[in-house]
Amino acid sequence: MKVMHWALPLAAWVLSPLMLGIINRVKAFFAGRRGPSVWQLYFDLFKLLQKGSVYSRSTSIVIRVAPSAGLACMAICATILPWGEVRAPVTFTGDIVLLAYLLGLARFATVLAALDTGSSFEGMGASREVQFAALAEPSFFLGMLVLVLHFGFSGLSSMVSGISLETWQTSGVLLVLVACSWFVLLLTENSRIPIDDPNTHLELTMIHEVMVLDYSGPDFAYILYAASLKMWIFGALVVNLVVPMHSLLPWLQAPAFLLGMVLVMVLVGIVESILARLRLQQVPKILIGSVLLSLIALVVKLMGS
Amino acid sequence: MRDRYMELFILGCSLPVVMGIGAFAIGRTRIARWLATLGVWLGCSVASVPVIAVLSGQAVEPLEMAWTMPGGSLSLGLDGLSAFFCLPVLLVSPLAALYGCAYLAGEKKPLGSVLLFYNVLTASMLLLMASRNALLFLIVWELMAVSSFFLVVFDDEHAHVREAGWTYLIATHIGTAALLALFALLGKQANSLDFGRMIGTGLSPVMASVVFALAVTGFGSKAGFIPLHVWLPEAHPAAPSHVSAMMSGVMIKTGIYGLLRVLTFLGSPSVTWGWTLVIIGVLSGILGVAFALAQHDLKRLLAYHSVENIGIIALGIGAGVLGLAWNQPALVVLGFGGGILHVLNHAVFKSLLFLGAGAVVHSTGTRDIDHLGGLFKSMRWTGVTFLVASAAISGLPPFNGFISEFMIYVGAFSGVQAGSPGTVILAIGATGGLALIGGLAAACFAKAFGVVFLGEPRSDHAVSAHEVHAMMRWPMAILAITCLAIGLLAPQMVNLVIPAVQVMAGGPAASLTEPATTATHSLTAVVYASASLLLLMVVLYLVRRHLPRAKEETVTGTWDCGYARPTSRMQYTASSFAQPLTDLLRIFLGTRKHGAAPQGFFPQPTAFETDTPDAAQERLFAPLFRLVDRALSPIRRMQHGRIHEYLLYIAIVLVLLLLWKAGGHQ
Repeated sequence: MKVMHWALPLAAWVLSPLMLGIINRVKAFFAGRRGPSVWQLYFDLFKLLQKGSVYSRSTSIVIRVAPSAGLACMAICATILPWGEVRAPVTFTGDIVLLAYLLGLARFATVLAALDTGSSFEGMGASREVQFAALAEPSFFLGMLVLVLHFGFSGLSSMVSGISLETWQTSGVLLVLVACSWFVLLLTENSRIPIDDPNTHLELTMIHEVMVLDYSGPDFAYILYAASLKMWIFGALVVNLVVPMHSLLPWLQAPAFLLGMVLVMVLVGIVESILARLRLQQVPKILIGSVLLSLIALVVKLMGS
Repeated sequence: MRDRYMELFILGCSLPVVMGIGAFAIGRTRIARWLATLGVWLGCSVASVPVIAVLSGQAVEPLEMAWTMPGGSLSLGLDGLSAFFCLPVLLVSPLAALYGCAYLAGEKKPLGSVLLFYNVLTASMLLLMASRNALLFLIVWELMAVSSFFLVVFDDEHAHVREAGWTYLIATHIGTAALLALFALLGKQANSLDFGRMIGTGLSPVMASVVFALAVTGFGSKAGFIPLHVWLPEAHPAAPSHVSAMMSGVMIKTGIYGLLRVLTFLGSPSVTWGWTLVIIGVLSGILGVAFALAQHDLKRLLAYHSVENIGIIALGIGAGVLGLAWNQPALVVLGFGGGILHVLNHAVFKSLLFLGAGAVVHSTGTRDIDHLGGLFKSMRWTGVTFLVASAAISGLPPFNGFISEFMIYVGAFSGVQAGSPGTVILAIGATGGLALIGGLAAACFAKAFGVVFLGEPRSDHAVSAHEVHAMMRWPMAILAITCLAIGLLAPQMVNLVIPAVQVMAGGPAASLTEPATTATHSLTAVVYASASLLLLMVVLYLVRRHLPRAKEETVTGTWDCGYARPTSRMQYTASSFAQPLTDLLRIFLGTRKHGAAPQGFFPQPTAFETDTPDAAQERLFAPLFRLVDRALSPIRRMQHGRIHEYLLYIAIVLVLLLLWKAGGHQ
């Protein structure tokens, strides 16, 4: 069983770049292009790792350490995520707090590295990143509170493994509300449209991409890989919430999870294709709205009981 | 045969004072500085013996001596709560004293008073924790307040420092007034001023609530609960940096200690008190960090962060009180435990931040964040330690701030019971509040660290920066290591804090064991995760350094989208970094903007400036004090500066007191 548990983070570490490939293919489909191979990010990572690097003379050690720190955080986060009824290798009461704060640490490292370059563009990106993160953080915990109300407080693995078809029948509305709130969180944290645009690096409205402008070579490979792991982490949270794993046969759970991940990525691709990016002033409204979704779910739950 | 621990503790309290008086007599020389510092070190080492004894589970006999003051005996004692609150004093004051020794070295002014009062402050805080009599407590409380006042006004040639000193003196005495009333009420009920006899006196619920309100006001003004926090952002920047570290890191916690101590007198707490503390906590936390975001002055920013952290502590304590009221051991252990542990954690990283800010001020001569930049290259030690403290205060793993916040989170979550709205509302407030506070604090420290230490220097002040003296570096390094050590020794910290929680819980210790074990299990897992995180970081960094072309590094200018001549003045400033958030929070902040945008085709030079005055001071206390001033102005005729008439007033009051006393006995 021990080895079985480690299959989960292993899948995350190996398959996460594929997810971004899927999104790009969906976007290409909507734009009427053929688009790059779904394996493109693997080629990119391989190429970048073999390159030399360029640093600004304004920078210090911070920008050199930050990619390793960020990637380490994401890699550890991946070990907390369950997969249906298969427990994560790391699970304990309160692991969700650790998950949220590891993501916070990774963000702190990226923001400081951006400020290290002294560039006003990266300063802008950093400023927006911390603003949106501060607003997005409560919606994660409030959504989690809905799960806690259902299944009691324990590790993430035990909580999500309780979600079954029956849960959907009794409190499907709550799960949908939380899932919507977390999907917005996914879009925000992974800098996707309509919050941010991962493709155009140089526009003044960028958030995440502008913070990593000065990276090159292996450092940039670390950043890209960490970003794909982050996408996996949020995707896995949503999938675990939505798919009633408890009601599936054990051997079906892993394929169902993977299928769910692919569907979430397709959904992200569709959202990116059919929506325009929001003006920056509108983003806080979306985020506060997503916090309110979780709050509504909590109120509904309290009224019901 | 009784043990001699309390005598040892008294010796520990008196050594700093005696050697401080010696330093005062010697004056400005280096010997004076060393003598005073040695006093603090010796005193704290001696006093740490009984404190460690108590924390390791040994019962220390209290000391009771007769004295001529009315209302009880001169009694001193240490329990788990007192001993835990002694820890920040014992850890921070020797390090800050050593730092101060170097910090004051270049000072032209006589140093006698600052050395003496620093030592008196240290001793009085230790003695305060051991006081078991209300009168003694109040005397020591005043000693602490007055000695810290003299430390704040060290640079009294500046008008703003004198003003900050007055603000502090008034704030602390308004607090003391509430405490006088509080202990008068409690003392009357218990018929004694001894703490031992104040427990379980059977106060009526209404009186207990009055006492609680007085405690929140009196001790809250010292701790910095919003809106009683107004003195913090004035006094902390005005004081010398090692004194700010002591006051912000340690002294404001005496308010928390007092509040907890009074709570133990009041018997089983009401739900209202718990909610009061939770609401105060969330408000102080969010508004504290919101005001911090809007500041340009590094030390003022840190002062507002003290308000934020006091909020987190109050939130934890409030959760603990609710746990007692609802009879939920998990909430009691994790709420009180997290709150009390955060006292120690905040003492470590906040004093480190103030020492770091002091090093920056010492080296560059300015506290204005927007004039700094790029200091990481010239001040490596200060930079690294400040970075550690920034991560710790933002509650990020693997440092200590995460541990205490983690406990409060877990407490709030595990208290949740389906069907009980109270527990859910607490969980919403605590987790949502902590998440928001954590996010904003990370934003604020990304700003503080990023703008001060990273990028390019923004002024000549920053260009000429240099690393500070080793005696200032080492205390910072030790505190930074402590931040990491507490983070990695988290399960042991639970054991350290449990005796204090037992004092608060009052009842049998057995009910606390199970939640404490659960917390220890979770924290052990957290520690493993933190250790793997650090290890993985190192491995990934080494891998990156050994990739095929890792050695090939081209150094060039920062990519600024093709703009040919970027200058350091084009960097994002602290104000612009925080602007989206301060705009979002503007209804609370009331930030004032001065200056205008450039206009026309050939714009004239223009300037832009923002400042964020304290809302509580501007909108609440300033009008209130004006009102009081107007109402009391007739009495001013009695205050004319003629001392012989003042003596007459005293004589009249004494005679009246005598008559009243005589009348009472007939």
